[in-house]
Amino acid sequence: MSDNTAIEFRDVSRVFSVKHENQSGEVRAVDNVSLQIKDGEFFSLLGPSGSGKTTSLRMIAGFDRPTSGQILLYGQNVSSLPPYARDVNTVFQDYALFPHMTVGENVAYGLMIKKVARAEREKRMDEMLDLVQLPGFAGRKPLQLSGGQRQRVALARALINHPKVLLLDEPLGALDLKLRQQMQVELKSIQQRVGITFIFVTHDQEEALTMSDRIAVFNQGKIEQVGTPAEIYEHPQTPFVAGFVGVSNLVTGPVAKRITNSDRTFSIRPEKIHLAASSAEIDGDMYAADGRVRDVIYLGLYTRYLVELDGGGDLVVVEQNLKTTSMDVMKVKSQNVRLFWKKEHARYVGG
Amino acid sequence: MLNRLSTFLYLRPKLVLALLLLPPLIWFLVVYIGSLFTMLVNSFFYLDGFTGQVVREFTLKTYAKLLIPANVQIFARTTSMAVAVTLMSIVLAFPLAYYMARFASARMKTFLYLAVTLPLWSSYVVRVYSWKLILAQEGIISWFARLVHLDGLLNWYLSLPVVGGPSLSVSATGIFLVFVYIWLPYMIIPIQTALERVPKSLIEASSDLGATPVQTFRTVILPLAFPGVIAGSIFTFSLTLGDFIVPSLFGNSSFYIGKAVLTYQGTSGNIPLAAAFTMGPIIIMSIYLLVARKLGAFDAL
Repeated sequence: MSDNTAIEFRDVSRVFSVKHENQSGEVRAVDNVSLQIKDGEFFSLLGPSGSGKTTSLRMIAGFDRPTSGQILLYGQNVSSLPPYARDVNTVFQDYALFPHMTVGENVAYGLMIKKVARAEREKRMDEMLDLVQLPGFAGRKPLQLSGGQRQRVALARALINHPKVLLLDEPLGALDLKLRQQMQVELKSIQQRVGITFIFVTHDQEEALTMSDRIAVFNQGKIEQVGTPAEIYEHPQTPFVAGFVGVSNLVTGPVAKRITNSDRTFSIRPEKIHLAASSAEIDGDMYAADGRVRDVIYLGLYTRYLVELDGGGDLVVVEQNLKTTSMDVMKVKSQNVRLFWKKEHARYVGG
Repeated sequence: MLNRLSTFLYLRPKLVLALLLLPPLIWFLVVYIGSLFTMLVNSFFYLDGFTGQVVREFTLKTYAKLLIPANVQIFARTTSMAVAVTLMSIVLAFPLAYYMARFASARMKTFLYLAVTLPLWSSYVVRVYSWKLILAQEGIISWFARLVHLDGLLNWYLSLPVVGGPSLSVSATGIFLVFVYIWLPYMIIPIQTALERVPKSLIEASSDLGATPVQTFRTVILPLAFPGVIAGSIFTFSLTLGDFIVPSLFGNSSFYIGKAVLTYQGTSGNIPLAAAFTMGPIIIMSIYLLVARKLGAFDAL
């Protein structure tokens, strides 16, 4: 283990026993996960609901404990420490602001608990409110704030103690798209300014790709792949990652064999596929497939085509509307076309 | 026909609202406020000592009578009893309410709900009488005290002034115990409801920010449960202030407000004085609510 590891999971499992209508069993919410998160990293835990990402986060915070395995915070085993004894703070999904306190009291709560003197407390509280761009909001009550503002207060409250690691549990989930995109940029810049390790839980792959230094993709309690956004997107190692991160065409069995002369499953991103007339000549470093355009969806920035292959199966193709207009693209509907893409863009995925 | 009526009403939501609100409003204004007002008016009349007739003339004579030492003592005694009962109810109700709201399984919660509210299904007088058996000289508590050789302690306690008496069933302590017993559900349910509305994430957030369980309880749970405690204490406090059955059954000759009202308006026909007495709890409750509001009990509502 290197010195700059912020969080390490060693064979961590969390098993819940469930009782449901006289049936009892167990759910392996987190299943033998090992993971290292580096100091200063913006690290995302990405996965669908029930994949174990939130349980992992809750175990780092101390709200939940591993059934087996160890969690290390800068080399110290914290697996059985209560939340208040860990140098880790959390931004909650529902913000969890104290409704009976003002914004200022909420932000300074951690300092108040530590019995920091009032003057010092208020100075740091003001600094934090400046950092999240809410100066002058100290006297308001959380109920008087908008969703985005509450989000910022929650962030300020979690950062005031200068934790070693900041945990964020789907904090942008409740915001509308515009605000979410704005907060993504802002969170990233705040992280760079304070230099704290951020661990960010999300089910939104775009959000994870936008903000993260590295991403761990969770599925059914296990990690499918860990890597930078580019690695995850360009080189998905499993069919699940290929399907969950971005849109992907998975081609299997006989259809794959017709195209590549091998029945190994491969994935191909829609934007890597080119659309040409059915008579087009294709270079030797390309794979090609013939089909008929079944559907055309004009989306302004780009157009999405659904192409039915001659040998069965569908491929989604995306092309930017650089020169084309909606009138042009609609003409392609029901036409026979030839699809082609660079051989290296087809990724063989496990299984 | 019915269809046309529905359409007619559907297009006039304000009329529907008025029709729906009319009966409760009439009830509230005539029966509730009306009777309170009648009482207020009566308290400004006085009883002619010679004729035994109520004289319908405005006077403050009756109120002056309230301020004689014996009557002031009745107010003081009743108010301290109400305070003691309320404090004890909070102490007993809070842990149970906390357990019900935070830890109990769905099945356990249903069971506890039933256990707490079940006594309210039977007559209050019957339950009060059953306490007579528990507290009497030859009752369960004395029997048990003798069994474990603590009867000396019990007798010593009964010999104390104010709280003691000939037996537990004729003492201020007896009144206190029975009051706590009968009003406890009215304290448990509001506290439980208030605690249930505190999201788990608030408690997690507090502990995440470094607060120990004790600190979290003091700074987050207690302030958020406070409106529930106040709601419950309004019940226990006002019910104790006005009750006359328990002091009659378990008390000695010392009067409580409820008993005084009953005596003055029943036995001696002094309706003005009874009415003036009744204004006492109303004033005390108003002060109590003002203090509660000052303390921020209704901020989180």
